[in-house]
Parts: sequence; structure tokens; C-alpha cells
Amino acid sequence: MSKHHVSTTINGEPAEFLCEPQLSLLDVLRDALNLTGSKEGCSSGDCGACSVMVDGRLVCSCLMLAVEADGRAIETVEGMARGHELHPLQRKFLEHAALQCGFCTPGILVAAKALLDRNPDPTETEARYWLAGNLCRCTGYDKIIRAVLDAAAELRAGSRPQRAP
Amino acid sequence: MLAYTAPMTVEEAVRMLAGASGVAKVLSGGTDLLVQLRSGRAKPDLIVDIKKIPDMSGIRERDGGFVIGAATPGAVLGECEALRQAWPGVVEAANLIGSTQIQGRATLAGNLCNASPAADSVPALIAARATCVVAGANGRREVPVESIVTGPGRISLGRDEFIVAFHLARRPPRSADAYLRLIPRTEMDIAVVGAGVSVTLDPSGVCTDARVVLGAVAPTALLVADAAAALIGSALDTMALERLDQAARRACKPIDDKRGTIEYRIKVAGVMTRRAATIAFQRAKERP
Repeated sequence: MSKHHVSTTINGEPAEFLCEPQLSLLDVLRDALNLTGSKEGCSSGDCGACSVMVDGRLVCSCLMLAVEADGRAIETVEGMARGHELHPLQRKFLEHAALQCGFCTPGILVAAKALLDRNPDPTETEARYWLAGNLCRCTGYDKIIRAVLDAAAELRAGSRPQRAP
Repeated sequence: MLAYTAPMTVEEAVRMLAGASGVAKVLSGGTDLLVQLRSGRAKPDLIVDIKKIPDMSGIRERDGGFVIGAATPGAVLGECEALRQAWPGVVEAANLIGSTQIQGRATLAGNLCNASPAADSVPALIAARATCVVAGANGRREVPVESIVTGPGRISLGRDEFIVAFHLARRPPRSADAYLRLIPRTEMDIAVVGAGVSVTLDPSGVCTDARVVLGAVAPTALLVADAAAALIGSALDTMALERLDQAARRACKPIDDKRGTIEYRIKVAGVMTRRAATIAFQRAKERP
């Protein structure tokens, strides 16, 4: 089986890998690149735990071949925090206890960031529909939605704390 | 042994498909194909990714109508204001497919060629008289969308052929379409019944042209001429709605499965068709 050489950008950094054609982007992120933030839940595009951004679009990395990443810009949950400073969504998830087991959380953070990047002031209904492809079996979703809307409010107010030196 | 290729031209893609030694599959958004690869339902020897071919993604306006590249994801359709204005039913049907994540990848061509009887975009495309441009070893041909699917999982395309674009025509005044589906929950499910309706009205609000298409109630989407006839000549009064309901129910040949019984699907097909027609008429009246 011939391996493909893939040149891509991951969280702003150039990345290269060799992969077999049947591997998903999720397989390569986790197993070859050690970016294990994206989770494998269902492997059929139903649960959203593997959500990443590809050229600015939210997608399931289990439903994309790794070879398709060639020439694309990939963003994963690992790119959300700036050093030790959490993204406001990450901070609000902790403040609101919007997770229990945490398996769905990376996918929900990526999906929620995609929402707030294009709609800084979503209604609760908009947030719930946008995140309908991210399954959580612990929280009942309520705290997740509160955390997302609170993070949106903070981002709108520009009240982000100063970065640590 | 699986091989992958991403040709840069339509001609090269056709050569790859025609020359493949085993089973070749066209990769567009991949939201069905990758699931089938993982489950073992699809065992291709070659995957031909068409997304690197220029013009395969995107929407262009032409002669008052639209040319939609085969690899255009649903999210892009939903963001195209001109398309939403002209063909709201087609866009709402495409945007019902799966989650935000699926919308980032899933395409009209994939939804059509996956050939599920419950595909949401297919009834809306047929109601819209959409055509597809098919490229193959003998050049290109333009065919109606309803000629593609021949049965569950079966399509009429040759092994060297693939869809490169969809065409939607210019809309006459007072024309609109609508698509509705029933699922047992509010999001993220497969249609129990889908109904696509496209109408054109005269200045007094009487229907002069109609197409009615049902999904998930037969092996393929059903273009129901009797249902269209029930609308043409009417202003969607109670009698016309009742005739429409009856014609839709008569056309159904559904199966019993976990999503719905035969009896339920037939009953709901009438209801969905009425509601979709009511929305299409209302939209058409708002477009003088």
C-alpha cells in the first residue's frame, strides 16, 4: 500500500505526515501527530467528539480522509488556549461545570468557537441547534449552553482578562 | 488495497474512473462514503477525490439561474443569499441533512448518488426541475435529477461517469418552493416522510405550474403528477388541499421500519404535502 505525503497546516504551524489512504484525519491527528484532544466517539459523524475546523469550516475529522488535509488549514482544540491562558469558552466551561466525563468537551469547544466566531450573539435556540451534532451523555446540555452563552457575553463585552506575562 | 487520487481536471477524473481495475468510488463530501468504508459496506479499490478540480465547489449565477458545483457543501448553499431567495425549498432541504459538522462537508451530488430513499435534498431538487451535468468518457450530458437514482443504493451513472454540477433555472415571477420532512425528533434524524413542492402562480394567485415530490415512501423519490394536477388551476382552497392529500397518499409505496409503519407513512405523506404546498404558495405570493 502506497503512503501519501501530506503537507498541511495545523493550528497555524506547518505539518507534514505520511499516511495510508484509508486513514481518517482523526486517526492521523491522534495516532501520528499525538494531538489527542480530538476524540473518537462514534466514527460515523454522529457524535461530534472529533470536531475540528478545516479551512474555517466545522467538520467531523472522522469523516475526512487524512490525505484530504493536503494544502488545507486544520484547527483543533489544542489551538484554542494561548499558552497557559485558556480561551474564554474553556474558562466558562470550568466555571459552569459544563462537563462531567469530559469526552465530548473538546468537540463542543471547537464547535462552540466556530459558532461564536460567526455569530457573537447567538440565542439559546441558535446555540442548541448549532451544537445538535455534539452529543453529551453526562450533562443534559444545560450547563454547556449556559457556558457558551456566558462566554459569548464576555467576548462581546471585551472583558477578557489581561494575559499573564 | 485502497488507492486514493485527487485529479486536477474533469477529464483526468473520468480517465481514472474508466481505467480503474476494481471498484472506484467518487469522493465528494465523504459523509456517507467514509461511514461505508469504516463499516465495510463499501470496499473500493480506488477513491477519486473530485474536490481539487476547479469549479467543483461553489455557486455561480448564470442566465438568471444557478450552477452549483457538485462538491459544494451544504453550509455554502445556506450562506448564498441569492440561492435562498430563488430556491428556498432546495436550500432548506439541503440544510436539513445532518449536523453543522455534516453541513461543512455534505454535498448535493453525494446525497443524490448515495441513493437513499430518504435523501432530503432529492425531492426538493426534483420538484425544482433541477438537472445535473454528468461527465464521462463520451463527454458531458445534462439529465434531470430524477433520472439518476434507480433504486435504494443504485444509480444510473456509468462507471466512468460522475456529476460535476447541478443547474437550477431562472424563476418566473410568483414562483417558490418548499421542503418539509417528518422526523421523530427536532434534529439529526432520517426522514420518515419528505415532501418537496414547487409552484408558480398567476397574478390572481391561481397556480399555473406545480411539481410535487415525495421522499422516503418508495424505493426512490416519487414525482407525483396527480398531486401537481390537484394544485394547478387552484388557489389552494380546501378542496384542492384535499385532492392533493389524496393524490400524495395514493402514490406512496412505503416500507414498515423502525421509523414508521406503512399506514403512518402514508397518512403523514398527505399531511406533509399539504403543509409544504401551503408554504410554497405563501412564499410565491410574496414574490410579485
